[in-house]
Amino acid sequence: MTSLPSGVSRREFNGQQRLATRGDPIGDEPTTNGWRAWDSATSKVAAMLDRDMAIGLAPGQRVLYLGAAAGTTVSHLADIVDVVYAVEFAPRPVRDLLAVADSRAGVIPLVKDARQPDSYAHVVESGLDLLFQDVATREQTSVAIANRRFLAADGRLVCALKARSIDVTREPEAVFETARAELGEAYEILAAERLDPLHRDHLAVVARPRPNDEHEG
Amino acid sequence: MDADGDGAWFDGLDLTNEEVAARSIARGEAASPRDWPALAVETGVVTDEATYYRRLQAIAIAAAREAVSRYEGADDRQVVHAVNTMDDLDRTANELAERVAEWAGSLGHDDIAGPGDVARLADREPAGMLAERLHDVAQTVVRMREDRNTLASTIERTVPEFAPNLSEMAGPILSARLIALAGDLERLAKLPSGTVQVLGAEDALFAHLEGHAPSPKHGVIFTHEYVRGTPPAHRGSAARALAGKLSIAARIDHYSGDYRPEIHAALDERIARIQERDA
Ligand SMILES: C[S@@+](CC[C@H](N)C(=O)[O-])C[C@H]1O[C@@H](n2cnc3c(N)ncnc32)[C@H](O)[C@@H]1O
Repeated sequence: MTSLPSGVSRREFNGQQRLATRGDPIGDEPTTNGWRAWDSATSKVAAMLDRDMAIGLAPGQRVLYLGAAAGTTVSHLADIVDVVYAVEFAPRPVRDLLAVADSRAGVIPLVKDARQPDSYAHVVESGLDLLFQDVATREQTSVAIANRRFLAADGRLVCALKARSIDVTREPEAVFETARAELGEAYEILAAERLDPLHRDHLAVVARPRPNDEHEG
Repeated sequence: MDADGDGAWFDGLDLTNEEVAARSIARGEAASPRDWPALAVETGVVTDEATYYRRLQAIAIAAAREAVSRYEGADDRQVVHAVNTMDDLDRTANELAERVAEWAGSLGHDDIAGPGDVARLADREPAGMLAERLHDVAQTVVRMREDRNTLASTIERTVPEFAPNLSEMAGPILSARLIALAGDLERLAKLPSGTVQVLGAEDALFAHLEGHAPSPKHGVIFTHEYVRGTPPAHRGSAARALAGKLSIAARIDHYSGDYRPEIHAALDERIARIQERDA
């Protein structure tokens, strides 16, 4: 319980210690003294922080989030960092994502396909501090690799690989092994932890881009 | 400014014209990102980065709103065709590939031993008239496999739009198969979970009803890790638990359409308990 990034804190909600960030609440989520509870059961980033994984998150950063969905995790990140580029391709959740962007400075919503970074490289800047990858589809590793171009040399990839989305028919361990090998070609993996039982069959990965340019997709 | 479309979204634009700028965000592209905020300040598009982000946000929101308003809703019936076609492509490509491999062997391609080797043959320069024909068919196989994969990606993209809970639970492809077996999402939502459990095992079910086979414990949901990954002795319970939650997921997707994390957590727990039992 030591190394939470500044901007994230453990607060008590209904007698329970939970992660929280400071910002305008969304919907009817629990708050206390201006802190909004950040649910580690639904947000994989919160789950990673909850287990003290060092993901390199800090105030002032500019980050790219792939698979923003309704923007719940994005909203908490926006409470901490300066700029969040939020990519989501499904129109339905984008409605909620827009509400998040309306209420928070620095959230840039982009209705784009994360498998096609060319389609947003004219908007998303280079040299970003963090790349969050939460698309939860079969192509999770190739999406992480294709989007490496947005990261600064000392930036970090933060992702939770979901075994069931990559291949619902194979054992999670086997799926993760393949995924790590694929990621390993473009990134140096700094930490990898299973998020079970909170997020079953998810492998959280923090990685740093390898210096060569071979894998710029 | 790049003429080849490799520039910033704000290149050559008057940022006060939101509509035009939004279109540039929606349609533009670039091969590699650059430090756009710094560039915008340098070229005098904005006075400082804070202003840049404010403008960008407003215009990106307008572009996203426009993209969403064009959305008409994905059609579950289209997905039924798509997944059936995908399976047909799979089956046909495999059958053809086996034939090609057999033929290739007789032409002396000793390394083309099975359907998996056909792509290699398609890359090879054919020598002779018959070899050319074989080569054509090998390329057809490769193209069919490509079509199959793009179809799979499209399904993965559309199913979560109208069935977010089902596709979270079973993955988009298996979800599409279940919807196809039921007919459409509404029919899947109305099926008893016992039927969902054996969807795709109709032959075995009829054999059972006619009295000459045990009742099937699972249909297509057998491919799900929660069933396959459970020791055989408890697979029936796992399949029942999974089918029960899939039914709930289908109902939520059909009747309300919002994503409910708690049903997924409940299934995870249930399966964990089943898998803990002694075999
Ligand atoms: C697991 S959800 C993300 C949950 C969300 N990040 C949160 O914590 O609140 C995955 C999201 O990725 C989106 N997605 C999947 N493939 C994508 C792609 N290729 N491009 C953009 N978004 C994608 C899905 O539509 C879905 O909303």
